[in-house]
Formats: sequence, C-alpha cells, structure tokens
Amino acid sequence: MSQANDTAGTRRDFLYVATAATGAVTAGAAVWPLINQMNPSADVQALSSIEVAIGDVEVGTQVTVKWLGKPVFIRHRTAQEIEAARNTDLAELKDTDSRNANAPGEAIDANRAIDENGEWLVMMGVCTHLGCVPLGNASGEFGGWFCPCHGSHYDTAGRIRKGPAPRNLDVPLTAFVDETTIKLG
Amino acid sequence: MAGIPHDSYEPKSGFEKWLHVRLPIVSLVYDTLMIPTPKNLNWMWIWGIVLTFCLVLQIVTGIVLAMHYTPNVDLAFASVEHIMRDVNGGWALRYMHANGASLFFIAVYAHIFRGLYYGSYKSPREVTWIVGMLIYLAMMATGFLGYVLPWGQMSFWGATVITGLFGAIPGIGPIIQEWLLGGPAVDNATLNRFFSLHYLLPFVIVGLVAVHIWAFHTTGNNNPTGVEVRRKSKAEADKDTVSFWPFYVVKDAFALMLILVVFMAVIGFMPNYLGHPDNYIEANPLATPAHIVPEWYYLPFYAILRAITFDVLFLDAKFLGVLMMFGSIAVMMLAPWTDTSPVRSGRYRPQFKWWFWLLGLDFMVLMWCGAQPAEGLVPTISLIGAIYWFAYFLVILPVLGWKEKALPVPETIEADFDAHYPPKTSPAE
Amino acid sequence: MRIIHQKPALLNNRVRRKKKMKSTVFSILAAFGLAVGGTAAYAAGGKSHIEDFDFSFEGPFGKFDQFQLQRGLQVYTEVCAACHGLQYVAFRNLGDAGGPAYGPEEVKAYAAQFEVFDPELDDTRAAIPSDKFPKSALEGAPDLSLMAKARAGFHGPAGLGIFQITKGMGGPEYIASILSGYTGKEMEQAGSTLYENTAFPGGWISMPPPMADGQIDYADGHGNDVHHMAQDVSAFLMWAAEPKMMARKQLGFLGVGFLGLLTILLYLSNKQLWAPVKRKET
Repeated sequence: MSQANDTAGTRRDFLYVATAATGAVTAGAAVWPLINQMNPSADVQALSSIEVAIGDVEVGTQVTVKWLGKPVFIRHRTAQEIEAARNTDLAELKDTDSRNANAPGEAIDANRAIDENGEWLVMMGVCTHLGCVPLGNASGEFGGWFCPCHGSHYDTAGRIRKGPAPRNLDVPLTAFVDETTIKLG
Repeated sequence: MAGIPHDSYEPKSGFEKWLHVRLPIVSLVYDTLMIPTPKNLNWMWIWGIVLTFCLVLQIVTGIVLAMHYTPNVDLAFASVEHIMRDVNGGWALRYMHANGASLFFIAVYAHIFRGLYYGSYKSPREVTWIVGMLIYLAMMATGFLGYVLPWGQMSFWGATVITGLFGAIPGIGPIIQEWLLGGPAVDNATLNRFFSLHYLLPFVIVGLVAVHIWAFHTTGNNNPTGVEVRRKSKAEADKDTVSFWPFYVVKDAFALMLILVVFMAVIGFMPNYLGHPDNYIEANPLATPAHIVPEWYYLPFYAILRAITFDVLFLDAKFLGVLMMFGSIAVMMLAPWTDTSPVRSGRYRPQFKWWFWLLGLDFMVLMWCGAQPAEGLVPTISLIGAIYWFAYFLVILPVLGWKEKALPVPETIEADFDAHYPPKTSPAE
Repeated sequence: MRIIHQKPALLNNRVRRKKKMKSTVFSILAAFGLAVGGTAAYAAGGKSHIEDFDFSFEGPFGKFDQFQLQRGLQVYTEVCAACHGLQYVAFRNLGDAGGPAYGPEEVKAYAAQFEVFDPELDDTRAAIPSDKFPKSALEGAPDLSLMAKARAGFHGPAGLGIFQITKGMGGPEYIASILSGYTGKEMEQAGSTLYENTAFPGGWISMPPPMADGQIDYADGHGNDVHHMAQDVSAFLMWAAEPKMMARKQLGFLGVGFLGLLTILLYLSNKQLWAPVKRKET
C-alpha cells in the first residue's frame, strides 16, 4: 500500500503501545502500596532504636533488656573477666570473627567490648545454635555464658568455646550517648 | 456460551489441545472476552466494568486492611488510627476502601437506573435482573457491616438502629435481634461476627456476579433500542455486534479511568466528605449522637423507613416502616412482571419517560429526606416519596403497558447505529 | 523544606502548666460540652456562628505551617493538656517532616516532661519519643487527637454540606470559633456553670473560657491574643487529626495527573479503535 498508510499504521500502533505501557505502569504503581503496607509500620520502626541507662549496673552484674523482641545482655565486667578475655589466644577460639556490628574483624576482646577499657559488653542474648537464651553471671566452663538447651559454653567476651553453637554471640550496633546511657540500634 | 452466533475458540498448539480436553478454561475466557456485544451501546453501559473494578478494589484493599485491623471493642478504634498514622500508606488504603464503597454505590445506582430506563429487566433477562438485585442487597449488607468496624459513634448507633429493625418483627423480633447481636446490645460479640461476615459477603458477591454475567451472556446484552441482536446467522449477527474485546474493553477502560480521576481527587483532597464526623469519635454506648444518619447510599430507604409514623390495623408503625423499606427493594424485583409494555426501551416510550425521571427525582428527594432530622415537613415528603416509589412499580408500570402508545422502534441494531454514524457511501462521491 | 528549628520555651512550661491546671480544673464538664457540640450543630442547622478562619492548609495546594504548628503545640501543652488528652498521637510524630518537625533532641526533651505508665516496669516513667501522648486527665474531657475531623463547621446549604467542597469540613474552624467565641456571660444551670459562646450550638457551653489575651508568650513574637492562639491550636489539632494530609494531597495530584494522562491515551485509543466501525475515516 501507499506510504501514507504505513505512517498512519505506525502512529496507530504507537498510540496503542503508549496506552498499554502507561496502563502497565499505573497498575504497577497501584500494587506497590499493597506490598509496602506489610513492611514494619512507623510505630514498630520507632522501637528499632532504644536508649538504655546503665549507670546503675554494678561491676560484675548484668542487665537484660528487650530490644527488637529479643533479649540483649549488657554486662559490666570485672577486671578478672576482662583479663581472662584479653589473655585468650585466638587459636583457642572456635569462631575467630568478632561478630560485632561496630567493630568487624578478628575476635580479639577489643573487638568485642564496646569501650576501650573493656568494661562493657553488649550482646544479643540469643544462642547462635538454635536461639535459646543463655544463662549469664559467669556460667559455664569459661566463666561467661552457658546455654542450657544444648550445652554451649561462651567465655567472658561472649565467644563460643565449647558446644554445638557455631558462632560467637552477636554484638548489636551500640553507641554511648553519654557516660551512663547507651543506644542500641 | 452465548446464543448469538460467533467464532468459537480453536485450540492450536499441542499444549492448548492437551489442556482443552482436560480443562476448557481458555475457551471459557475466550468466549467471555470475545462475546458479540451490540455495537450501539451508549455511555450508560460502562457501569458493569466500573462495578467489577470496585469489587476488586474493595476486596484487595479490604484484605490488606484486615492485616492491621483488630475486631475488639477496646482496640478497634485504635487499630484504625494505627492504620491511618503508622501503617505504610495505610491512610491511603483506608480512604480508598471507605470512598471505594461510595463509588461502588454510585455505580450500582447508575447501573440499576439504566436497567430501569432501557427495560433491561424484561424477558428474557429476568434472571439477570433478580440476581443483580441480590447482589445489590448483599452490597448493602456488606456496606453496613463494614461501617460498624471502625467502632465510631455512627458505627455503634447505626448498628443499634439497623439491628433494631429486626426487633420490630412481631413476636419473634426480639429473639432474632438478640441472635444477630449475640447479646442484649451491640457489643464485642457483634463486632466480631460483623467483621467475619464483612469479610465473607464480598466473596458471595463474587459468586453472584459470576452468575449475573453468565445470565446476560446467555441472553446477550440489552442495548439502547431494546431490539434484540439478529441471530439467524453469524453474518447477520456480525452486522449488529462487535466483539467485547477490544472494542468495549477499551471504551469501558476509558470511562473507568475518567471516573478514577475524580475518585483520586476525592481521596486526595476531600476524603472525609462522604463520611460522618461523628465516626471519628469512639463508640460510646452511653451517649447517642444528636442525629443518627446512615451512609448516603442508604438514605432513600432510610427515609422510607421513617416515613411511616402511624399504625395501620394491627401493624404498628415501626414494623410497617421495616416492611416498607424491604418492600421498596422487593417491588423492584417485580418489575419484569409488572411492566407489561411490549416495547423494551424507554427511548420509544414518550409517557414512560416522564414517570421514569420522576422516579429518579423521587430517589433524590428521598435521599435528602433521609439526611434530615425527622421533623417539620420531612416525614410528609418522605411519605409522598415512598408512595410514589411503590406506585411506580405496582401501578404506573402496568397501566402504562396497557395505555401507552409507543413510538416506532428501529428494525435492527444496525439501523439504529447507522442512523447515528451514517455509513460512508464509497464509490458514488 | 525549611530546616530552621525554633526552640519554643517548652521545657519551662511544665511549671506553668501546673499553675494553669488550677484554673482549668474547674472545667470538668467543659469537655463534655464540646463533645456534644459537633453533632448538635448539625441538628441546629447553623444557629451557631462558625467563623471561616483562613488556614494555610486549605485547598489542594495548602500546607501545614511548621511554625504555626509549633505555636499550636505550645498552646496545647500549656492550656489544653491540663484536661484533654491526645492519645493517638505519638511524641515521635512531632519530629515528622511536614508537621511541627522538631529535631530528635527537642522531641526527646518534650516527651520527657510527660509521665507514662509502662506495663513492663509496672510503674510510671518519663515518656520517650516512641510513646504516645497521655489520655485525657479529666473524665468527660474528650480526647483531642481527632477533634478536628470529628467536628464539621460547615453544613450549608440546606444541610447538603456542598459548601464543604470549597470551604473544607470546617473542623479546625469550629474549634477556633469555640475558643474565641466566648461573650463573657455566665449562667447557673442544674448546679453547673454555663458560659455563653457564639459558636456553640445552643449558645451555652460548660467549658469555661480556657484562654485570655496574652496568656502565652510565643518565642517568635507572634500575636498572642485569644483569636491568634485559638487559630494556632486549631491548626495544630488539624495536624494531629490528619498528620498525613500533605502526603495525601500529593497522592491526589499524582493520581489525577497520571490517571488523567491514561484517560487521554485511552480516549484517543478508543476513538482510533472505533473509527472503522463507525465507518468514518480509517
């Protein structure tokens, strides 16, 4: 047929394609809110970061706070505990990764405690084996934590030393807000 | 599927043939989408698609809202506020659901009045009409149940008043009312079951809609002339019809999109216009709002309910009002039989037109009455409106069928279409 | 976005709030008056006078005025909070963009003036940003979280409410009119004092006039007569009731624009598609 007819045909096709494409984009945009509504809501997100007062935690004791629905251990370590943790050779460890969101690297004690003096140890209180809550207050064979479910022993820096757990206890994102307050998340 | 001759689906590839023997689903979709549709349908035939869209919109937004809503009297109101303030995009979903209900009813009223004007209810489409009315009743029930869920003042008192209607039934009324509520008054048991039923009924509607479509795909669509598609041969039928896809799909999509532009403007700029401020006050069983008003789409029937202020014989006013309200919907179901005119479309019925438009006006007046406090002239106007409503279906339609002299009706759909869009006379220019 | 954060004197308000408590504690029934107000207005059909205040957030392009919301929060804190609660609003919302938009430290300091009950501690503690405002302190004083949406100021004409299309529902106007509508007259009825109010349906309200000219010092030197304060706190309550208003209007524009484009394309496609059927030009 003539050339004029061909251009008319192209224009017609273009219109249909443009309409279909716009329709598809609109449909896609309409689906997004239906997916996004299942993401954590603002009130849940507001709890993703909490502040904890630690001024009252005596040396040699620990507090457990609930954060993101899980327990967090905050321990004020004694000098002996710090020393025991610092004198442990890396070769003795099962897991040599620090597992610390603040200080990735080797699992030396400096990469586990949150302050330079090593007084404060903050960890998720969730056994890396199957998710039980380990017992604290110098429990287990290494004077740290002991998981009663399947017998995992953690040392005074929360590192796995014996038992079925594969990894050191996780250290969450933590920062000092001031001398007596830390912020989780 | 349809009685109108048309091409049917032929499985081509090996897989299509394999599937067709086992489950002829492609064939079903093909027949549904490619159904021959009268080519002279006007813009009042778009509402079916709008309604289908509304049903999907309400079910989809409803399902996601249910993920955040709590059907408990102590938590329901707060959970709705949680949706409005904290859930990602929750406010948009809720406003769409609430205003989507209004769009649903605007569309269904346009759809019903279109059917009334063009005689779509007449033989052989009675089943389509009756199933349609059942869908409408299910919609009313769903809307009412849904309005209770936010647990605002209007939710609570609306539920109290409407369930009170069942209490008006002589003798067994109080037992039925207590059974509906699950207790002596609207309370937690009521809210829980209303939530459950509000979730259930839309799926009942989906089923009824399938039957509705099945029915009119069997009889073929009505059209503005009311003249049937010729179906002696496929060649003849082709002159009266076009296939639904793509012609009506694109046309209806255009109309739907235009409506959705307005819908989005309402969501964005005045989402609470059709709601009632009192429903932003948490339900309080100890304080009734000064003026209880149902949602706008119930107002005409609410006005009919309140129009009866006197006892007749042994029936007291309350029960009579309830009877009238349900009766006003029931008489619509009788239309296929009370309308005895041999002419289907109102377009060719000069006297019918006047009475039809008066019915439309009556509907609007009743709607206004339903929103006003029942004082002054309002009950009287409501009564007149209610009487006209019944008279239209029970007296005027039969009398018109007998007395009215109709205008000549076009021979064929093709003739009507060509009168609007004259064919191009090709060689003799 | 404006990033200037004002520091209204919020912290020392606590002391002043306590003083204020004394004068407002008499208004036990006051709140109840406001509660029946909105609904009665509907029935009374415009006997009360609702002033059509000019708010920055009116119309499709309207936005909340950050500084007005901050002033309104100050009025709420120093005056309303003595009796009324705001239980659906969280302190963290005060930091939301488009709202009063305080910085995180300011929000934290503001929240800390309130005490909340913590079921995990089984005790009260100072509030933190993720907590919500307290409930009403006085029985009968309605919660104000949704007040601006629970009242409609404009119902005309003939009760059809069509004026709302241009004027809005009139919720904040209603609140501002009530707060600035006292004539100063009082009467005793059934043992309680009623105060004449030009905006209140029926004309007599049980809430005593909560504010006096110059009662609050705004840090930004904004006018602090009753009329101005009433408008500021009403704007704040509108934000409290509909914090997502600006996002909503944005969605409105996006939706209308995008679907409008699709409408035009579908219109053209439809025309094109039907042209051969209508036997015009192909």
